Amino acid sequence: MTAVDISDPVLHEMRERIVSAHATGMPLRLRGAGTKDFYGEALDGEILETGGYAGIVAYEPSELVITARCGTRLSEIEAALDANGQFLAFEPPAFGADPTIGGVIAAGLSGPRRASAGAARDFVLGASLLTAAGDLLHFGGQVMKNVAGFDVSRLLCGSLGILGLITQASLKVLPKPRAEVTLQFDCDAQSALARFNGWRPQPLPISATSWHAGVAHVRLSGSPSAVRSARESLGGSVLDDHDAATLWRDRRDQRLPLFAEGGSSLWRLSVPATAPLEPAGADLLEWSGALRWRRCGVAAGNEIRRQTRELGGTATLWRGNGTGPMFDALDPASLDLHRRLKREFDPRAIFNRGRMVADL
Amino acid sequence: MSAVAASTIPTDRSGRLLDALAQILPADCVLSRPEQTVPFDCDGLAAFRQTPLAVALPQTEDQVVRILRACNELCVPVVARGAGTGLSGGAMPCADGIVLALAKLNRILEIDPVACIARVQPGVRNLAVSEAAAPYGLYYAPDPSSQIACSIGGNVAENSGGVHCLKYGLTIHNVLGLRGYTIDGKAVTLGGAALDSPGLDLLALAIGSEGLLVVVTEVTLKLVPRPKLARVVMASFDDVVKAGDAVAAIIAAGIIPAGLEMMDRKATNAVEPFVKAGYDLTAEAILLAESDGTPDEVADEIAQLEQVVRTAGSTQCVVSQSEAERLRFWSGRKNAFPAAGRVSPDYYCMDGTIPRKHLGRVLGAIEQMEKKYAMRCMNVFHAGDGNLHPLILFDANVPGEWERADRFGADILELCVALGGTITGEHGVGIEKINSMCVQFAPAEREAFFAVKRAFDPAGLLNPGKAIPTLVRCAEYGKMHVHRGQLPFSDLPRF
Repeated sequence: MTAVDISDPVLHEMRERIVSAHATGMPLRLRGAGTKDFYGEALDGEILETGGYAGIVAYEPSELVITARCGTRLSEIEAALDANGQFLAFEPPAFGADPTIGGVIAAGLSGPRRASAGAARDFVLGASLLTAAGDLLHFGGQVMKNVAGFDVSRLLCGSLGILGLITQASLKVLPKPRAEVTLQFDCDAQSALARFNGWRPQPLPISATSWHAGVAHVRLSGSPSAVRSARESLGGSVLDDHDAATLWRDRRDQRLPLFAEGGSSLWRLSVPATAPLEPAGADLLEWSGALRWRRCGVAAGNEIRRQTRELGGTATLWRGNGTGPMFDALDPASLDLHRRLKREFDPRAIFNRGRMVADL
Repeated sequence: MSAVAASTIPTDRSGRLLDALAQILPADCVLSRPEQTVPFDCDGLAAFRQTPLAVALPQTEDQVVRILRACNELCVPVVARGAGTGLSGGAMPCADGIVLALAKLNRILEIDPVACIARVQPGVRNLAVSEAAAPYGLYYAPDPSSQIACSIGGNVAENSGGVHCLKYGLTIHNVLGLRGYTIDGKAVTLGGAALDSPGLDLLALAIGSEGLLVVVTEVTLKLVPRPKLARVVMASFDDVVKAGDAVAAIIAAGIIPAGLEMMDRKATNAVEPFVKAGYDLTAEAILLAESDGTPDEVADEIAQLEQVVRTAGSTQCVVSQSEAERLRFWSGRKNAFPAAGRVSPDYYCMDGTIPRKHLGRVLGAIEQMEKKYAMRCMNVFHAGDGNLHPLILFDANVPGEWERADRFGADILELCVALGGTITGEHGVGIEKINSMCVQFAPAEREAFFAVKRAFDPAGLLNPGKAIPTLVRCAEYGKMHVHRGQLPFSDLPRF
C-alpha cells in the first residue's frame, strides 16, 4: 500500500467515507453536480458528494494540457481555456447546468464533435483514482504520449465510477478553430444520411453534422481558407452565427423538445454510421449518422434493441421512466471481464453498485 | 546482455506441447529445432535474447484459439509476436514458452471506402493498410518509422505513434475495434464500427497492453481522407533551447502542425552523408514542421509557421517546394535510426516523454550525461509531443559499454519522470524498461496493473515477466532510486 499523500481536508474526508464504506460494505453513490443522475441503471447507496474537491491544478496553454480536481465545474475549465483561445474538443454535454469534470470523465459522454475530433476518452491523458482500499493511484500523466503501464486512465473514462473515485484528471486541449460556419439543407433523414456518407471520405473540415425535423446541418471548422472552400463546394444555405451556436448547443446539451421527459421512450442508438436508416429509424441524427435518437412507445423497446443489434450497434433507453434497463446486456465474455475487474478494484462493490451492470 | 535462463519446463510437458501443436498446425508451421527458433530470440531490441521452446505460426483464427487452449491447459507461456520490430523487447520469448507468431494472419479483410474503415488481420503491415486504401483517397494515419515492416497487431500491442500523432493521434485514436482471445480461448469483441457501446472501455485497456491481456486476431481501423497537399518548413536554430521554445511558440499560436520534429546537430550530421536531405549542418538544431490540407489552407499555415519560427530566432528557414523535396526533408528524420547504426556499431534508442517546456533542459542534462558516461548521444524528437528519442551510441563488443549505455538510458528516463514525464511514449515497457517502471509507479499502482492482468489472465501465461515489475524486482532495483517527483531537482546538475 502506498503512502497516501492526502493532506487536503476535503480529499481526506472523502477517503475516510470510502474506507469506512469499504469496511462495512455499505454502497456509495458518487455524485458531482448531479447533472447526470438520470444516467445509468438504478442504484442505491449513500451519496458521496465530490463537488467540494475542486480547482484547476495546472494549465499551461502551450503544453495543451489542463489538470483539474474532480469537483471543478466545467464552466470554470471552459472559461480558463477560452481565455487562451482553447477548448475541450469533445464538447462534453452540460445538460443545461454545470457538471463537474469528474462527472464528465466518469460518464465519458461526448458532444457533436465526436465523429471528427474524438471521444472524451481520446482526450484523457491521466487520472488519479481513490480506491476502495483508500489508496490514491495515479495513472497516465500530463504528456501527449505515454505507454507506461496499462491505460487505466482511459479505462476510467466512462466507467460510471464503478472502479473508484476519480479525484483528478489531465485532459488534452486544442486551439479553437479560427473559423466556423454552419450550413443548412432541407432534406429527409434518408438523404441526410446519403450526404453524410458522401462527405466522410473527402478531406473536408467537418466538425459536426445533424439532421432533425426535415433539416440537415453541417458545421465546418478550421482555417478560414479551408472553411471557405468547403462552404463553396458543399452548397446549402449559411446559418447566422448566433443561430448556429444555439443549434449546436441544443444538440450538445440535449435541449431539443425530443429530449424532454414524457410518456414515450427515448432511445439512443449507437450504430455504424453507414447502417441503413430502417427499420430502427431516427428522429435525430448526429455524428454523421453514427448516433441516432428515436422516440417510440414503451412497448417497442425490445424490438428497438433487436433491430439496433442487427445493425451492428447498441440501444440505450435514454428516457424510459423506469420501464426497463437502460443499457443493452453485455455479452457473456465481456460481462465476465467486467466482474473480474470490479472484484479486483472494488471487491465489496461499494462504488456506484449497479449503475453500469446489475450487482457490479 | 541479459541473462539467459535454461529451460525449466519438464520434458514431458514440452513433449505434450509439441504433440498438441502438431495436431493443430501443419508441420511447416511449428518450429522447434534450435536453428529454427533462434531467429525469433529477440525483437528489434537485440540486447535481450532468449530462444523459446517452440514457435507456432498459425494461418487461421481457429488455429490461434486452439493453440491458446492447449497452452492454457499445459500452463505454457505464450508470447505473441507481429513483425518483431518492437524496440523494448516486448516480444522476447520465454524459455519455457512458445512464440505465437501472427505474421501469417496477414489478410486485409475489408476496406469500406464509405464508412472509412479497414478490417485487417494482425499480421498486416502498417503501410499495407494505407496502400490498400490509397485508391479511395484514404489512408491509415499512425505512421511509426518502421511502418514498412511493423504489423498492425504489434501497433495495437504497443499503442504505436509516429511523426503525425500530434494532429492525427496514436494507435488508440485510430482503432475502432478489435477481436481477440483471452488465454483460455474465449473470444472477446471490444469496440466496433459504432462509436461507443455500454460497459467499460476495455478497448482502451487492450491497446498498448503489450500482449499481456489478449491475443488480437482482427482489428477495425479508422481511415482518414488524404489531405490534398502537404508542405514542410525546415528551420535552423543556433541553440537547442531556442528550437524548443519555437515549438512552444507554434502551439501557443494556435497551430497544430501535421508533424513537428526536431533533430540536434549530432543527428543531422550523422544522417546527412547518407540521405543528402540538405540539412543545415552548422545549426545546433533543426525543426521540421509540416502543414497539410487544402492548398489555400497550407499556404496560410506555412506563412504563419515561418513567421513564428523567425520570431523565435530561427537562423534559416526553408519551405519544401515540391512533394519530392518534402519527402527529402523527412528522409533524414525517418532514417535517423539506421544512420545511427552506420556511424556506430550499436545504438540504444530511448523513448521518454516530457512536458515540451523542458526540452532545452533535458538536452542540456543529456549533454552532461555524455560526459559522465563518456558516450555520444544523438537526439531526435517528436517535438510536438515532447517525445524524445535519444540514441546512445556504443559498441557491444567493448566490455562494459552496453552496461554503461543501459545506465545512461535509465538516467535519461529518471530525469523524464522527475520532470513530470514518462519512461516510454510509444515503444512500450517490454523487458527493457521494466526497472524504470519502479521509478514511475508506486507499489499500489503497480499492484493495480497486476489486478488488471489477473482479471484477463489469472494464470499469468500471456507474455509473463514483461511490462509490470514485481515488488521484489523493484526492491532490488530501488535501493538507490526514489519514487516519482521526489527525485530532488538539486540532483540534476550532477548528471
